[in-house]
Amino acid sequence: MAYIQVPEGVPGIRSLVQFRPETGKPLYDLAQALLRGPSPLSPAERELIAAFVSSRNECGFCRNSHAAAARSLYGDEKQVVDEALQSYQQANLSGKMKALLNIAGKVQVTGKSVTPADIDAARTAGADDRDIHDTVLIAATFSMFNRYVDGLASFTPTNEAEYEAMGKRMGENGYQFPKK
Amino acid sequence: MPYINVDKDLPGIRSLMAFRPETAKPLSDLAEALLRDSTGLSRAERELIATHVSYLNDCFYCHNSHGELAVCYLDGNRELVDAVRKDYRHADISEKLKSLLQIAAKVQQGGKAVLPEDIANAKQNQATDRDIHDTVLIAAAFCMFNRYVDGLASVAPADMASYPLRAKQVAENGYGPHIYSTTQPQSVVEEVHA
Repeated sequence: MAYIQVPEGVPGIRSLVQFRPETGKPLYDLAQALLRGPSPLSPAERELIAAFVSSRNECGFCRNSHAAAARSLYGDEKQVVDEALQSYQQANLSGKMKALLNIAGKVQVTGKSVTPADIDAARTAGADDRDIHDTVLIAATFSMFNRYVDGLASFTPTNEAEYEAMGKRMGENGYQFPKK
Repeated sequence: MPYINVDKDLPGIRSLMAFRPETAKPLSDLAEALLRDSTGLSRAERELIATHVSYLNDCFYCHNSHGELAVCYLDGNRELVDAVRKDYRHADISEKLKSLLQIAAKVQQGGKAVLPEDIANAKQNQATDRDIHDTVLIAAAFCMFNRYVDGLASVAPADMASYPLRAKQVAENGYGPHIYSTTQPQSVVEEVHA
């Protein structure tokens, strides 16, 4: 049970933003701009970075829902999501995505652990300033979302099928602030 | 030097926000809603939580900027802000704020580090659900802001006298678009004319 009184049966972050819409609205706007707005990274790639960081933070709700969104967006290539979550260096991903996941993994630990060598490796693999910016901010943002969701012990569904439907919705509709 | 090509006249998160205004808008809206509200927790208490978490994350720019905001709201009591930053357990603050800072410090480690007894302790000290919610979200949000600022190696102003001047501007104007469109104020050493 969640640590505070949130709407019952509503999972994860949805229950928290309904508890406090004043902060919920900018959180949804941030997710929409960051994961669906203009970027050299595709929405599928950005959802993968989100799922990867959530997995490292052991946030079950965020990992499962964003992995499901990434699978839905990757379509026929969806197996790459589970490969990446298991071992991204072995996954069937571009050198650029691997270098960006390396940076995201560093940000998950702490900001200062990103080194000039990590950035150089990403640039050599073809990443530009926008790729690097978006990767760092996605990883930082999920370091927030994961803590928000787990720090208040919000409800995490255990039914895999529920996440598949959630991921499909997230893939198609993006992040619109939920109406009650 | 920052890892990406940002406006050299803007420090810290402000240079990053100016680099990408589409994400800057919700980030500053979030800061405004979380830190400028004064229901339950005062603005000073909110900035103290932000300062402590930023200090634990070793983010120089954030813990100094938000520490100065707390000083502003506490009518210049820098001693108290320093005490909370480094060792809140022995600082002259309420038991309620101590129990909330304990939750914030757990969130800094990881969401799952917050235990039912941490929450029970805060509630025993009269913290409401909303106080607990806001504490967790402030701590989580600064785990984001700190990583954003340091993960891209943005530059912190070396002129320590500029932080109180900047804090005064934010205390007056809030976290609006001026955050990423105005430069850090210069501290001016006034010449004494005899």
